[in-house]
Amino acid sequence: MQTETGKLMNGAEVLLECLAREGVDVFFGYPGGVTLPFYDAVYDHHIKHILVRHEENAIFAAEGYARATGKTGVCCATSGPGATNLVTGLVDAMMDSIPIVAITGQVHSKLIGSDAFQEADTFGITRPATKHNFMVKNLQELPQILHEAFYIASTGRPGPVLVDIPKDVFQARGHYVPVTTIHLPGYKVFTEGHAGQIRRAAQLIWEAERPLVYAGGGIVAAGASPELREFVEMADLPAVTTLMALGSLPGGHPNYISMPGMHGSYASNMALTECDLLIALGTRFDDRVTGHLPSFARHARVIHVDIDPAEVGKNRIPDIPIVGDVKRVLQKLMKLLQETEAEFHKPKTAEPRLAWKTKINNWKVEHPYDRSRAEDEIKPQHLMDEIDRLSAGEAIVTSDVGQHQMWAAQLIRFNEPRLWVNSGGLGAMGFGLPSAIGAQMARPDKLVFSISGDGGFQMSLPELSTIAANGLPIKIIVMNNGCLGMVRQWQTLFYNDRLSAVTLDCFPDAEKLAGAYGFKGRTIDKPWQLAQALEEAVKEPGPYLLNVKVSPRENVYPMVPSGGAINEMVLGPAKPVEV
Amino acid sequence: MLQTISILLENKPGALLRVTGVLSARGYNIESLTVAKTLDPELSRMTIVVDVEDRIRTQVIKQINKLVNVLQATDMTEIPSVIRELVLVRVRCGLEARTAVLKEAEIFQSRVVDSSTEGFAIEATGDPEKLDEFIEVMRTYGEIDVARSGAIGMSLETKKLRLQPPVTTPAVAQTT
Repeated sequence: MQTETGKLMNGAEVLLECLAREGVDVFFGYPGGVTLPFYDAVYDHHIKHILVRHEENAIFAAEGYARATGKTGVCCATSGPGATNLVTGLVDAMMDSIPIVAITGQVHSKLIGSDAFQEADTFGITRPATKHNFMVKNLQELPQILHEAFYIASTGRPGPVLVDIPKDVFQARGHYVPVTTIHLPGYKVFTEGHAGQIRRAAQLIWEAERPLVYAGGGIVAAGASPELREFVEMADLPAVTTLMALGSLPGGHPNYISMPGMHGSYASNMALTECDLLIALGTRFDDRVTGHLPSFARHARVIHVDIDPAEVGKNRIPDIPIVGDVKRVLQKLMKLLQETEAEFHKPKTAEPRLAWKTKINNWKVEHPYDRSRAEDEIKPQHLMDEIDRLSAGEAIVTSDVGQHQMWAAQLIRFNEPRLWVNSGGLGAMGFGLPSAIGAQMARPDKLVFSISGDGGFQMSLPELSTIAANGLPIKIIVMNNGCLGMVRQWQTLFYNDRLSAVTLDCFPDAEKLAGAYGFKGRTIDKPWQLAQALEEAVKEPGPYLLNVKVSPRENVYPMVPSGGAINEMVLGPAKPVEV
Repeated sequence: MLQTISILLENKPGALLRVTGVLSARGYNIESLTVAKTLDPELSRMTIVVDVEDRIRTQVIKQINKLVNVLQATDMTEIPSVIRELVLVRVRCGLEARTAVLKEAEIFQSRVVDSSTEGFAIEATGDPEKLDEFIEVMRTYGEIDVARSGAIGMSLETKKLRLQPPVTTPAVAQTT
């Protein structure tokens, strides 16, 4: 029974009441003309608002918050340019399944469709960029829509939901009507998994000689890291975790191999190629993982667990499809593994399984990630290695996309999920710095490193101001190779080293730049400076900008050339040929 | 090969665009689309005919089923179903051809809905391929204008409609 309660409010206050009831403690935004009534209510509300310097960074910050906590991140922008500036972040959250509620102002209802000042068809523009979106027509439907938005964003496969609110709805007066039920008849969430298929999966796991777990971001989204760990230990399974799942098994776990894919480790990619049973958990067979799809895990039978039915069978037809919440499915699967041991366990698998483990270990030893150092210049690997040492698997690390992201993913360990925050599927430059703001707001107790290249850093540079204004002690590390490193690497390898539009001249003096915002900064370029400079940055109670000039010509290896099979990796630079 | 998809969806603004967006985002051109409300005025039934590559057909149905406003999407291409379409043909013909036109109309079990000295307007319903033939025949009698409704379809299989029941979320129900 819905009854009107409480005091008379305006739409803006009703919206804040909805946010408060959803447990929102902080949100990120940028005001404008049509959101004036909303920001008037924000003025004395207990929910904290962080004013960013660009709307794109509001949603990136909300994503950082969501990725670091698992809670729904909230951002707000005005109509027109404010709303269109959110689009990149919406698609980013869509690709990586991050729960976000984005609130946009819209022009007055009576002006919609008239090309009014700062009008854009936000509802239309963001439809393919969101899991779902709403346009609010009147104040009466606002609470129901807002709570539905949070429900859709955070359940099933999480994702971004946008709510577009015309100015007059913010201004209308009414009551907050408590919402007791959410009824979305077409919103289908399958959590439990098919019992018969889970039993068949248990049988295959017992019978496999070369099993491999391939865990993805779904493990993190489902909060299933404890189950994953228990599962690999119980059945003694080797495991790879994708870029989106780093930390879902502790970096030093004996069953853990590393990241697979285009810049994944030799051992991961060889294990994927040679396994006879692939247990894919909350992952989507992304092209950056699989390489040439028909060659991917070509000897393996596949068990695929995912909460999204559209992912199962999308890229690889599994032998055992299981649509369900990976946490629930793993719990059931472990129970069944115990129950079916007497029935399915074949002693003859013991020997090949031992040989399989040995083989994987040999691959790990033969071709570990490159952590080499140089005497005269700082190698990017050296930088990541030092950050790894200081973090010891505990710090939050955010990144953009490109070479620095790959080296960080390869070389920095994560003992828990939600420490590694990066733009995975979309690969958005400029993500690292603003997402660090959200992550640090969410986890004030944590040491946060924002790692960017000199390209991505300059895309979100205005956020230095937000960081300074809020006194966020983020350690901003710029891996500065003077160019757009990943594009340069591809030009070098595949375009005859014709370096087109990749050189970034005139990088600002880091000390002066940070100083202009009132915090410390420094530029280093000598290997012997690195450890001490990083320690100094970490010791600093406030923000710190460390510009690390690294070798400009270093390439990320291993590398699977685009479209190639993942066992055909280029392991390092071509050796000079003696003439 | 053409695929016929039947969709039960909520009658809400933007719902149509969400469905067609799944197809247009993949570069598929819609051959025909019909939509109208059902017995429950809050729901609509949509029939889409589209040429989707075989290998991604299931994927397209799954993506449409994922939409929050969609209650059920069914591929009717390979299941027992009836597919019908309506066509209006205006044929301009001389006096000498009138009897023949009426005879053809009768053979196709169509109905004359307007008659004038210039010719007839004829309404025909049936299987879309039969209507193609009807149109071809009418062309032989003179200049024609054609308006087709696009296919509507109904599955003859009883498929259980799985709907998400209402949920109570503790965070929402709490009072402050």
